[in-house]
Amino acid sequence: MIQQAIHAQRQASAGLGAAISLKDLHLGYDRTDVISGLSLDVQAGEFIALLGASGCGKTTLLRALAGFVPVRQGQILLDGTDLSQTPPEARGMAMMFQSYALWPHMTVAQNIGYGLKLRGQPKAQIAARVAEIAGLVGLGDLTGRRIAALSGGQKQRVALARSLAVDPPVLLLDEPLSNLDAGTRATMRHEIRALQQRLGLTTILVTHDREEAMSMADRVVILNRGRIAQIGTPEQVYHRPADSYVARFMGATNSLPAELSGKEGITLTLPDGTRAQLPRAQLHIPEPVAPGPAKLIFRSDAVKLGAEQEDGGLILRGKVAQHAYLGSVYRHEIRIGALRLMADAARKMPIGADVDACIPATALSLFPASPRQP
Amino acid sequence: MPGIIRSIMIGLVLALLALAIFGPISNMILWAFTEQWYFPAKLPQSYGFSFWERVFRPQGNAMVSLLNSVVIAGMTVLVSLAFAIPAGLALGRGRLPYRVVFLLLFLLPQAFPSLAVHMNIARIFYTIGLNGTFLGVVLVHALQGMVFSVWIAAAAFGAVDRELEEAAANMGAGPLRVFFTVTLPLALPGLMASAIFVFLISLDEFTGTYFVGVPDITTMPLLLFTASMEGNYQIASITALLLLVPSVLFMLVIERFLKSDVLAKVGH
Repeated sequence: MIQQAIHAQRQASAGLGAAISLKDLHLGYDRTDVISGLSLDVQAGEFIALLGASGCGKTTLLRALAGFVPVRQGQILLDGTDLSQTPPEARGMAMMFQSYALWPHMTVAQNIGYGLKLRGQPKAQIAARVAEIAGLVGLGDLTGRRIAALSGGQKQRVALARSLAVDPPVLLLDEPLSNLDAGTRATMRHEIRALQQRLGLTTILVTHDREEAMSMADRVVILNRGRIAQIGTPEQVYHRPADSYVARFMGATNSLPAELSGKEGITLTLPDGTRAQLPRAQLHIPEPVAPGPAKLIFRSDAVKLGAEQEDGGLILRGKVAQHAYLGSVYRHEIRIGALRLMADAARKMPIGADVDACIPATALSLFPASPRQP
Repeated sequence: MPGIIRSIMIGLVLALLALAIFGPISNMILWAFTEQWYFPAKLPQSYGFSFWERVFRPQGNAMVSLLNSVVIAGMTVLVSLAFAIPAGLALGRGRLPYRVVFLLLFLLPQAFPSLAVHMNIARIFYTIGLNGTFLGVVLVHALQGMVFSVWIAAAAFGAVDRELEEAAANMGAGPLRVFFTVTLPLALPGLMASAIFVFLISLDEFTGTYFVGVPDITTMPLLLFTASMEGNYQIASITALLLLVPSVLFMLVIERFLKSDVLAKVGH
């Protein structure tokens, strides 16, 4: 039954998704621009995650797509048609709100069928469609309930069903999973992604959770202060960060001050005065770095504790200051003079022990000491 | 020991409270069924329905006044809602400058002595021919209830979550559609509460009706006033009891009508 529904859905929705093109978009409240000069092309059927810290403008961008934030300058093209001055009700972009924004005075079925009723569909057709969509998102026989009688996860499904019911060309998700508990969240991630793939919907997800972004999206857009810091596949943004902001945001929390000299090598001056040489060619250096002060950034899981020395890697000698069990590994805090770094290891090292922390050169990213000014 | 004293004190306070609330009402009920009650007697000497017959006889104008009262109260509710809904929307939602000043403005009719206000309204209404008309009385009553209806409506609209309206617009509803399918139903419990207030205020209104309506329009409170002034406690009590009927009925209707929506709101 559900399989049939899905099949019918797929047929009905062939070519459902629309391509979005943002051109030199400026958005803002009052006098300040929250988003300035943003351009982005989203292909039909693509899943894009807008990722960034709070206040980076990602929600503003999503609300502007839905028509709730006025566009100051630039264009929002949906399959080539400019929508930047179109009122929200005529845009056809279905948004799922972070608060779900379900209408408490209506039942689940009335919530899901609202958009269809607006489109003047006959009652029987609406009822059939509501049942179909409710089955699709796993709401089953809850359609007669009042919103107040639903759990968080069920509300989330109703909100998703409501947006999907109108066959939108674009689905906008505003932190859809942030109000769910960890278990439900993992399931819903998977379910939303599967639905999106099945329906071929162009989807834009706003989130501050990098795991959510990486596990769901085809491409991740990392926003920093209203500008795009990097666009790329989850693998690209994770392993090849474009700047130090992206590197840190993607979880590379270790940062070491370094001194760049010469063309071939990188000299690292450690707090205790010793120097280390690194082969420049093996490092990830996305931005031009001038000779002088720079910084090396790497993840805690790239560090090997007490391992045999690898050729061309960085070896730092320090003391274990603390450790925490993360479930699969122990995270150690290693102190090297005034520096501190986090290292993951499968085996727990005693506090106070002297350890060698080895970081392979290929796991290191080199950035200018001060972030590039946008 | 202190426990017993405490219990006695609480019992005493409760008894006083009960006397304050139920004393006048029981006195009123006694009077309504009294035939004879002369001074030194603690209770009426004889009971009966002869005064009820006098109130309900065709030439007594109790029924006409009752009907007038109810019709005027209903119209007052309509007029004040017609005014309070747009005013409440503007004050509760919009970014109206000097919001507080506007809100306080509606308090003005209440702030001055009602006699002074109504005397002058009567004078103005007289010149424009509104004196002695239903419309005139309704307008005066609506003015009395204005502060409640507007303030409650502003609070009710202010409490409607903007995102719920955005969600409706997002689904393709134009502004009017959003208002009638989302904003208004969600603000309805508050608007109903304001309707109850206005209805009760109107049923009870005296000075405005006295200045603007008399002698063409008589309402229950006026009848009651006349009866009390004549020293006819039986007629006054019966009228007062009759006045309770529409208030209680109206509150019951509204309460039934409210329930599901209010509950949905509480759960939200």
